[in-house]
Amino acid sequence: MNAPIRRLATVVAALFAALLISTTMIQFVFAKSINARPDNRRTLLSTFGVQRGQILADGKAVAESVPSDDEYKWQRKYTQAELYAHVTGYYSFLYGAGGGLEGSENDLLSGSSDKLFYQRISDLLTGKKPRGASLTTTIDAAAQRAAEEGLGNQRGAAIAIDPRTGAILAMVSHPSYDPNVLASHDIDATVKAWRTLTTDKSQPMVNRTIAGNLYPPGSTFKLVTAAAALSSGKFTPSSVLPGQAVLDLPGTTVGLPNDGHVPCSPTGKVTLTEALRVSCNPAFGQLGMDLGQDAVRAQAAKFGVGDELAVPMRVTPSVFPTGLNEAQLAQSSIGQFDVRMTPLQVAMISAAIANRGVVMKPYLVKSAIVDSELSVVDRAQPERLSEAVTPEVANELKSMMIGVVQGGTGTAAQIPGVEVAGKTGTAETAAGANPDAWFTGFAPANGTPKVAVAVIVEDGGNAGSEAAGGRVAGPIARDIMKAVLGE
Amino acid sequence: MTAVAPARVRKGRGIELVLLLFAVGIVTLAYCNVELAVNDALPPNLLVQVGWLLGVALAFHLVLRWRASYADPILLPLATLLNGLGLVMIHRLDLAHGRDLGSSLALRQLIWTAVSVVVALVVLVVLRDHRVLRRYTWTFGLGGFVLLLLPLAPGIGRAVNGSRIWIGLGPFTFQPGEIAKITLAIFFAAYLVTTRDALSVAGRKVLGLTLPRGRDLGPIVVVWLLSVGVLVFESDLGTSLLFFGIFVAMLYLATERISWIVIGLLLFCVGAYVAYLMFGHVQTRVLLWLHTFSPEALKASDQLAKGIMGMASGGMFGTGLGNGRPDITYFAESDFIFSSFGEELGLIGVFAILMLYVLFVERGLRTALGTRDGFGKLLAAGLSFSVALQCFVVVGGVTRVIPLTGLTLPFLSYGGSSLLANWTLVALLLRISDQARRPEPDPGVRPSSSSEETQVVKLR
Repeated sequence: MNAPIRRLATVVAALFAALLISTTMIQFVFAKSINARPDNRRTLLSTFGVQRGQILADGKAVAESVPSDDEYKWQRKYTQAELYAHVTGYYSFLYGAGGGLEGSENDLLSGSSDKLFYQRISDLLTGKKPRGASLTTTIDAAAQRAAEEGLGNQRGAAIAIDPRTGAILAMVSHPSYDPNVLASHDIDATVKAWRTLTTDKSQPMVNRTIAGNLYPPGSTFKLVTAAAALSSGKFTPSSVLPGQAVLDLPGTTVGLPNDGHVPCSPTGKVTLTEALRVSCNPAFGQLGMDLGQDAVRAQAAKFGVGDELAVPMRVTPSVFPTGLNEAQLAQSSIGQFDVRMTPLQVAMISAAIANRGVVMKPYLVKSAIVDSELSVVDRAQPERLSEAVTPEVANELKSMMIGVVQGGTGTAAQIPGVEVAGKTGTAETAAGANPDAWFTGFAPANGTPKVAVAVIVEDGGNAGSEAAGGRVAGPIARDIMKAVLGE
Repeated sequence: MTAVAPARVRKGRGIELVLLLFAVGIVTLAYCNVELAVNDALPPNLLVQVGWLLGVALAFHLVLRWRASYADPILLPLATLLNGLGLVMIHRLDLAHGRDLGSSLALRQLIWTAVSVVVALVVLVVLRDHRVLRRYTWTFGLGGFVLLLLPLAPGIGRAVNGSRIWIGLGPFTFQPGEIAKITLAIFFAAYLVTTRDALSVAGRKVLGLTLPRGRDLGPIVVVWLLSVGVLVFESDLGTSLLFFGIFVAMLYLATERISWIVIGLLLFCVGAYVAYLMFGHVQTRVLLWLHTFSPEALKASDQLAKGIMGMASGGMFGTGLGNGRPDITYFAESDFIFSSFGEELGLIGVFAILMLYVLFVERGLRTALGTRDGFGKLLAAGLSFSVALQCFVVVGGVTRVIPLTGLTLPFLSYGGSSLLANWTLVALLLRISDQARRPEPDPGVRPSSSSEETQVVKLR
């Protein structure tokens, strides 16, 4: 009877071989596609089941996971939700993680990043549940609040960076939203909120400081044109430029008018310093045409225009158009036509001028820490992006910008006892629409610069058509700078 | 004639002890792993619990030293390890469902383990020679058929999860099919060993296959009708496949005729196909098997789909004990315990578990090879094959090799009847293996010392 027993053993081997194959099929070959099934609750729960790291601003958690009694184990909570919405983003089990650090640093927050390899190993050995790393942001809570309060109920954006490092001190985009409703475990409520937020015409989920449709920078772009002029060696701050009411443009009948169709000076001639102080359109239009579009474009690129940046959220590259004719070049030189910038890019221009011409790479995350051990997983190192202008040119531009705040279009940004440098902008967006109000600048201008800002208020804000960058955006920028300086 | 010193046969009790300690060690580690993952602390009375498990295992070991000192040394550690791992997983699911001590399934399983081990030890102590069982051939046969059909009896039969394979007596529920597995294996072995000569007489030859004589087809037809009855009336493909499979395998072992296997497979296929055509619940099972993720199937039951998603989420290395969500799948501690292990221990873990079963079956078949009497051979092979087939039916069911059925995975799954049956099965295999591995007393050489003489007398 032994021969058939041996044959039976072969049958047993075949049966188990079938099981080894079937389990391999499920757990290895098709595991990925099974896990990716939308009705797979484990995939959702496993991402929800991990204690996600916190997002901290000035030592305080603005996003944290607190234990919940339901099967999801953790509830994501956003304290000061609307204030930090565009910094934190949202974490939704229906719509994933996005809109801010939740999305771009998901690997660290969820604990799946390779940087957490050693921590995962030790967790595995000690049987601890895997948890995510917490992120310390560079945000200055006072500056963030000042930006929020300054923008109030107006649409627009405000961003502040440290010129010496590139650390982002404030990042506010209006209108904002409450990410808590997207993180809700109530599916119906989440779906409803998502639908409302994504169809809202004012686009509350777009972070206007770094993304969206971008803005024409308007007169703030004159800083770039001035930088190109001074860098060319052909111009100095005292070079004389045309300052009549309207600059004739080749090939058009409209010309390039100054604001209010009045001359920049009684003589119709202005120096470069004077032109920046009063934001003289004809002077900069002429300057751009004299320099040529390649020089202006090259200067813009040195400030970062066209660069792909991640802070770590992706920043939409700013644009200086190509293939311009003379008239378009003149318009582009004052930040109109097809020039488009993010408020971050505008702030970077001020920051570079403040930082002796050097552009620092902007960043939002100071460090990633594993909360319990307080061990640092990753720490940001300030990084040079480029040298936009020489220290000498930066100095000349700084003096010119101080003039703007002291006695030009930017007087609203003055801070008693602090030297402030700045530039206003009033950008035409579309026929019939109110212009956008801009202000960019930095402080202190006489010592070590600590903060550079860019503020834009869309559609003239509460001032409507009367908007001028200085009056609408200037005070907001001033309050942000004051908050950073602790004044 | 030169005097040759008889080769010393290793009893293997020392190896068994080491392996037992190893098995208890693995279970302890798994238990600590679960508690650390879920409660962030070691279990409060760890030493007591491990002490109990070790105590039960050592008691079994000592009884083997006393009553079956030549028994196979691997079977007990394997059963202990599987039983212990099952307990850990059931405890882990208790935690996930928030079941307290009163409703704890792990506690019940632990009590059943103790009861089962006691029963197994009684079998080992009382049953000194497995051949005694042959005296009760027809008692076992009748008992087996009655047990198998008991769930159909009005009043005590219970349908759980669509399958009518349970009986309820007061607060207790029982799957008599598990016990029937053993009594029927004993019956088949005893019956076939007496009728094997008649059954292997050659009949007509068709397509190169020597068929048995027509009048010898009686027994297989009876068992076939019984299996189809179980499939149709208890709607349980697993039990049906298991019994018919055991019978056909043992029939083949007894007669060495491939034709019996062919006839058996054909009969089963015909029966299953007719049942598929005639009964809605069988069609649903097939739909769930072939199109698990189709909307119609998910509407009928998403249990299998959930189990498979669980296994997939485990991937290669698993989530780690206590870190997955096996509790999402219904019956995660019984029918789907394999999926639960797949999720938390990964592909590597379930391969290891399957290997434990392969080893178990292999030791059983080796016992069958070594046994000198035909009844013992048939019984050991039949019981071993039943474990293999049951694993195939259960694991094949949750991994979509065959339609899902409601059987338990031996030793691992939650269920008192299953534990009782499988520990008894281990006791029988150990008893047979003790005789298989015991050196035959050499009739030419009289034992020189009186103590050895006593030993021989004592054991026969």
